[in-house]
Amino acid sequence: MAYPTDRKYTKEHEWIQANGNSATIGITDHAQESLGDIVFVELPKVGAELAAGKTFGTVESVKAVSDLYAPASGTVTETNADLATAPEKVNKDAHGSWMLKITLKNAGELDGLLSAADYEKFVAEESGH
Amino acid sequence: MGAKMVEFNGWDMPVEYPAAIGCGIINEHMAVRTGVGIFDVSHMGDIRLAGPQALAAVQHISMNDASRLAVGQAQYSALLYPQGTFVDDVIVHRLGEDEYLLVINAGTREKDFNWVRDNTRQFDCAVENLSDDFTQIAIQGPKAVDTLQKLTDADLSAVKFYWVTRGTVCGLKNILIARTGYTAEDGFEIYIPVDEATSARVWNEILDAGKEFGAVPCGLGARNTLRLEGKLPLYGHEISDTINVWEAGLERFCKMEKPEFVGRAALEKAKATKLTRTLVGLEMTERGIARDGYKVLDAVGREIGYVTSGSPAPFLKKNIALAYVPPEFSPVGTAVKVEIRGQGVGAQVVPTPFYKRPKK
Repeated sequence: MAYPTDRKYTKEHEWIQANGNSATIGITDHAQESLGDIVFVELPKVGAELAAGKTFGTVESVKAVSDLYAPASGTVTETNADLATAPEKVNKDAHGSWMLKITLKNAGELDGLLSAADYEKFVAEESGH
Repeated sequence: MGAKMVEFNGWDMPVEYPAAIGCGIINEHMAVRTGVGIFDVSHMGDIRLAGPQALAAVQHISMNDASRLAVGQAQYSALLYPQGTFVDDVIVHRLGEDEYLLVINAGTREKDFNWVRDNTRQFDCAVENLSDDFTQIAIQGPKAVDTLQKLTDADLSAVKFYWVTRGTVCGLKNILIARTGYTAEDGFEIYIPVDEATSARVWNEILDAGKEFGAVPCGLGARNTLRLEGKLPLYGHEISDTINVWEAGLERFCKMEKPEFVGRAALEKAKATKLTRTLVGLEMTERGIARDGYKVLDAVGREIGYVTSGSPAPFLKKNIALAYVPPEFSPVGTAVKVEIRGQGVGAQVVPTPFYKRPKK
């Protein structure tokens, strides 16, 4: 899989796409594939503060609960209401299904994240291929 | 087949098969409810009791009444400890005049076999562990009979639910075919020779035969969601060595009119005392999924019990759970909460089983 180059990635299998001082966050195709059928997404409320590296919500498959980790620090400005009723959209198109939007506290934090190429390599190593 | 595998009691087992071949827990679950699904359940254990006192031996260790079984008939039962708690649940099949087959859980194979052997020494009966001698395949769903009929000369329409027969299956002679399962659907479990080549061939032939009905291979994930919808107990969850028959609500499989069986005395005594907990079905009324081990709270947030099994229910499209609560919280409609990551989330007691297959 070729991961979109218009965004950065984390080792917790999330992506973050910056647009000036705001950013959009979701989970990667590898994440949705590992999870299986997604049945529930728990996101923070608008106004909540995210701290880079800390958990901010959960995504649940039939069998398991997985934490979501903030790729960067910031304040939640919008969450994707679709996912409350149709969480399976994330399985169908993980890179096109955004979960939340934030105002970045420090855009520089993204510099330390993985590029598409690095993430692809990371996934390959993790899977032992 | 590219399944996601997991270690389960010493076995390498598929949780679910790939989305790429039309699988995944939800699709597998729905296939069983609407068409047919195929499970490799060879991890289950098999204990054979045969001999002049085989019935007496079974009657001693099993809580249900095996004397009611005709040759070819099966029943759900349990092996109990003297305290009236569970060694395991079991399906008892009467294969012959003096021959019984107990099919037991994978995780309890060794324990069960030792238990059965040690508690039947006084009977003139041979006890054999046949667990490694069979590959066991379950074919489950409304189209299971049509699928399997293509592959056998046995007249499956003559086999009632919880009865067995023998026939040629996929060219293999004298195969045990049981109309049993763990999915709350119609279906069969077949016991075939264990060598890999035969097992693989039969597995593929069954999948092929079921193709027109949407057959898919099914893993442990769907196995769990299917049995949960049907309120079928899982050892270590609804039943265990610290839970008794009355608490688990399995009294209809426990024949106290039998004068003697292991655990009977303790159950008699327990009957005279009030239950402190009982198994109920819960349905989430607020957003959230109750899962195994989560606490159950009353309306003001006090802990009253715990979830034994909880999951989304793919067919019912609700989030359901089984839980132990004090009897005063058991009436249908009682509002409770389930603690999910520190928050009490609304749920209510509902009738069980959550799902019952439609009558033909």
